[in-house]
Amino acid sequence: MLRIIKYVLYDILQNRIVIGYTLFLLAVSLGLFNLSGDPTKGVVSLLNVVLIVTPLVSVVFSTIHFYNASEFIELLAAQPIRRSVIVWSEFFGLAAAMKLAVLVGIGIPVAMYAPNATGLTLVIVAAGLSVAFVSIALLASVLTRDKAKGIGVALLLWFYFALLYDALVLFLMFSFADYPLEKAMLAVIALNPIDLARVVVLLQMDISALMGYTGALFREFLGTGWGIGFAVFVLLLWVFVPIGVAVRVFRRKDL
Amino acid sequence: MLSSTNLSKSFGKLKALDSVSVRIEAGQAVSLVGPNGSGKTTFLKCLLGLVVPDSGDLTLNGKQILGTWDYRQHIGYMPQIGRYPDNMRVEQVFEMVKEIRRDTYTRLDDDLMRAFDVEKFAHKTMRTLSGGTRQKVSACLAFMFDPIVLVLDEPTAGLDPVASEILKEKVLAEKAKGKIVLVTSHILSDLEELTTDVMYIIDGKVQFYQSIEELKSRTGEDKLNRALAQVMKQNATNH
Repeated sequence: MLRIIKYVLYDILQNRIVIGYTLFLLAVSLGLFNLSGDPTKGVVSLLNVVLIVTPLVSVVFSTIHFYNASEFIELLAAQPIRRSVIVWSEFFGLAAAMKLAVLVGIGIPVAMYAPNATGLTLVIVAAGLSVAFVSIALLASVLTRDKAKGIGVALLLWFYFALLYDALVLFLMFSFADYPLEKAMLAVIALNPIDLARVVVLLQMDISALMGYTGALFREFLGTGWGIGFAVFVLLLWVFVPIGVAVRVFRRKDL
Repeated sequence: MLSSTNLSKSFGKLKALDSVSVRIEAGQAVSLVGPNGSGKTTFLKCLLGLVVPDSGDLTLNGKQILGTWDYRQHIGYMPQIGRYPDNMRVEQVFEMVKEIRRDTYTRLDDDLMRAFDVEKFAHKTMRTLSGGTRQKVSACLAFMFDPIVLVLDEPTAGLDPVASEILKEKVLAEKAKGKIVLVTSHILSDLEELTTDVMYIIDGKVQFYQSIEELKSRTGEDKLNRALAQVMKQNATNH
């Protein structure tokens, strides 16, 4: 598998998009830290950018890469290797590239300006989120044959998780405002990796008081070691469930 | 020995393969002939594991190959249209495939690489290659690992006459060594030179599968193209 990951990475690094993405993240992070004198404010601003940008780039780049690699994948599929090895290699290659971009583009500025637990959480969460969206993108690409459709599905998924989902949650809270929804909200945020990431970072910042009673419950649950463990576990599910399904589908796919 | 039993595959409503049962012995070279879209390439792709059949069995030397992968070390495949990563150089493609198959081959066969003078375009990227040169790369890869089964999908299409002769000689040499050769082509004179048997496929069904000699004597013709034309005419009148 390592041999194939090597060629996948080689192929990804040859096109300059990943380098451009890294520089973009670097510029945004440095800019935000410099503009907002206070590093904590910088982290909050950066969080909002990170939660929108990293999933979007991961999902779109991975989908396009997977379709553009169709020749490569066909060539590999006729060789004596398992089909699953091909998908896993694509996944690890893409995940490594996206993580590297986040670690350099966000990690370095955070280490310079906000080298604390909150900053570290932000970097880890951004990296985890990137990988989860690579995984979601590969599932979307494996399920659709047509490139345009695949990219469309990937964008829709991003749109859903980044924007629509929150609107739905607000609607839900508004409609059922008379009922105690605090516990249900915990389950609801776990169903969206972006929300989960946001809450985990915000809880590191001692501003959960601003989030009302639900925030207090989150603090009580996610603020503990168990809660962090739970968040990591759910994020890992978001990484491995889609890619696991993608591997199963790809095994029986006609090329 | 390669054998398929009741191999079927449909794409939506289209039946690409309809219970195909054939046996191909070592040293046999089989032409797959049939109209466009009759299922020839689908059959070859099933053999390669690129297409997963809906039902039926496929065995190589008695071993089930559907759903397994290691048998592919014994297959050399030359696709109809060779598709390779655009920004890889020719030499990198060879290196990569060699590296992937590192543990599965004992001997490298570089006859074709020398005959086609691959050195000359080894440093070019795949994107810049002409169709014919791409075919040369595909051919080299198909023969490189000394496989038991050679699957050639339209091998001479796009090759210049010199390259085409080189390839045909190589196929004959490998056949003489007792390999199984499967060829599809619309150039019947090539098939007549290269193969011993004909498998005629229409709408995913094998209409007949017999040696070229038998076919010729059955139809009383001495050229494969005429014999086939006659069979096709008979089929048409029977319908």
